[in-house]
Amino acid sequence: MTWMGIAQMGAFAGVLLLVTKPMGAYMARVFQGERTLLDPVMRPVESAIYRTCGVDPKREMQWTTYTAAMLIFSAVCVLLLYLILRLQSIHPWNAAHAPPMEPHLAFNTAVSFVTNTNWQAYAGERSASYFTQMAGLTWQSFVSAGTGMALAIAFTRALCRQSVAEIGNFWVDLTRACLWVLLPLSAVLALVLVSQGVIQNLSQYVTASTLEGGSQVIAQGPVASQEAIKMLGTNGGGFFNANSAHPYENPTPLTNFLEALAILVIPAGLTYTFGRLVGNQKQGWALLTAMMVLFVTGLGCIYSSEQNGNPVLGRIGVNQAASLAQSGGHMEGKEVRFGISGSALFATATTGASCGAVNSSFDSYTPLGGGIAILNIVLGEIIFGGVGSGLLGMLVFAILAVFIAGLMVGRTPEYLGKKIEPREVKLAMLAILLLAGCILGVSAVSSVTRLGLAGRFNMGPHGFTEILYAAASAAGNNGSAFAGLNANAPYYHTTLGLAMLFGRFLFIVPVMAVAGSLVMKKRVPASSGTFPTTGGLFAGLLVGVILILGALTFFPALTLGPLLEHLLIHTGKLF
Amino acid sequence: MGRHIWIAARLAVVTLLVFGVLYPLAMTCIAQAAFPRQANGSIVRLQGHAVGSELIGQPFTGRKYFHPRPSAAGGGYDACSSGGSNLGPSSRALADAVENRAALAMRQNPELARGRIPVDMVTASGSGLDPDISPANACAQVPRVARARGISEAVVRRLVEECTVRRTAGFLGEPRLNVLRINEALDSMRGQRR
Repeated sequence: MTWMGIAQMGAFAGVLLLVTKPMGAYMARVFQGERTLLDPVMRPVESAIYRTCGVDPKREMQWTTYTAAMLIFSAVCVLLLYLILRLQSIHPWNAAHAPPMEPHLAFNTAVSFVTNTNWQAYAGERSASYFTQMAGLTWQSFVSAGTGMALAIAFTRALCRQSVAEIGNFWVDLTRACLWVLLPLSAVLALVLVSQGVIQNLSQYVTASTLEGGSQVIAQGPVASQEAIKMLGTNGGGFFNANSAHPYENPTPLTNFLEALAILVIPAGLTYTFGRLVGNQKQGWALLTAMMVLFVTGLGCIYSSEQNGNPVLGRIGVNQAASLAQSGGHMEGKEVRFGISGSALFATATTGASCGAVNSSFDSYTPLGGGIAILNIVLGEIIFGGVGSGLLGMLVFAILAVFIAGLMVGRTPEYLGKKIEPREVKLAMLAILLLAGCILGVSAVSSVTRLGLAGRFNMGPHGFTEILYAAASAAGNNGSAFAGLNANAPYYHTTLGLAMLFGRFLFIVPVMAVAGSLVMKKRVPASSGTFPTTGGLFAGLLVGVILILGALTFFPALTLGPLLEHLLIHTGKLF
Repeated sequence: MGRHIWIAARLAVVTLLVFGVLYPLAMTCIAQAAFPRQANGSIVRLQGHAVGSELIGQPFTGRKYFHPRPSAAGGGYDACSSGGSNLGPSSRALADAVENRAALAMRQNPELARGRIPVDMVTASGSGLDPDISPANACAQVPRVARARGISEAVVRRLVEECTVRRTAGFLGEPRLNVLRINEALDSMRGQRR
């Protein structure tokens, strides 16, 4: 590890902590309907949207209606996006001359973008028109992220209100999240990215005559507008096949820093929003502390593993030592401008936060580096997590943590004055088990069936890791990949498409049921017997619960993949 | 329920228009007005003809030019087919590819010894379009380029130093050289026109 690399990571963590409070305070104002700077512009747009769509913003919903509205909206979006993808032949702005997507692929892609997964079984520069990228994928990047934020805010309301049934209005929360938070941030970030070299045009592909006399066709497109929301909405669906490794998506070390930061800004801010809404800032900081501890630990592991290099290359006589003249480390699949530290930083942010954008090829990571990336995903996408969905997941773990603490000291567990009873614990466990079952189920079936095994690109334990990663990424709604796996086949289109649907909605529905049950409870005032859910002790307990649950569930699978490969690679075994 | 389906359908269309059409088109207009060079791909032109993009790597194989990293994009530096090799760390194919590249690099640059081969010289990037090489990689190629062009190593070495881009703000990213830039600079040196 180098001092420069550590400085870059330290600066990253520092800037992230600095923006958490202003970001969180702003979002609290937005979701409470208070005045903000953007009101003069956004209020008229907001009311126009409600008028056109027939939304009554004053009317609040119970958890059942709220969840149903979210499910209906998602279903409509899947359908509309599917149609857009199937009709590519009649699109305007189709510089790639992309034909309509095949039905399986269109299903997979539509589900992928609506569930905020943004798994991509296609290569953007060949298979998507500019119209698809804008009206299909950029559109969904906004509303799927807005949906996640709405759900997190609704859950938070359930914790602050008492003895009522309503948790907010889904249409209002969604609209405000998109208009007040995602749109202005994306517009600013997009322009900063363009100034650094990210492209934004609707031109034909450029044909260049190279210095040596060859010719090179260079793909173009409206990249910056999608790139910005792709990071801010923790979507991760790249314009190009190489995603944020592509120089037109991520041209400089500065854009790399900003893009990685953009992944975490909203999820980190939401912990502050949470504290503000529940009336105790320390509650939010406790969640953020747990996230930060897991983030820094994961980052350290990935960075050191990649910087140590690949023993196979070392034996060939390749110099992988860091020096003033090179970053060193295992550079297969990584860009020179980011080096190891910029790649490790981005990888940790994108896997912890269910973003899925990548600036380097995970399939080529060292066994332990890639293993930590999977671990970040299977822990439940709560290391900051997706916008909204990360906070939601973290609150589920918080409920389990107070339950376990309650068992240890023999008291009725409470969270924020709400009694946690069997119903809540059962629903929370159900959500976690469904997610884990989905990941392990798809991996297990795919690693014993002919169709599943046919997709592997690398052999040996690494081939199993490719399958495990795909299942985890789909069910965890991450969207990054060990991209060697050929998932562009009907078997994976279908299984991974279903895994994305189950991973998103089979998690959300029980969690919203918990919200529905919590909102009706009275808040009991804290007493001397209350287990405090602020401070280091609780943050530590929370980290412990997350790691133990994740380790117990996924350790066997991780042993067969990354750990086995790590042991074998040092004995010189190749596949 | 019927009411909510109707709302959902209308909201889907309205949001599609706002975020999927108006937003990207507005960004395109602003970007084209404010940063036309970057928004259109940072294309490098010589006498009016596009010779490539400053940001997109292109193949160089001649002895007179600095070579970029190996590329897994299509047949190599295919800017319509970005991507990495996806070869795993324990893959025999990766070991063989690196071995072949190392042998080729040592043939082309006889001064290069086993054990000192810069890692980015024999590994493919994630995009397959990496426009940069590390200073270590460039230094290893200096003797060959100087010999092929019949100029002194010191001159080429000075050019390498001039073309080296430092870390942004002193700590972001890695030092690097843009291959197209340095090769263009070589060509435009006095008496070195193509």
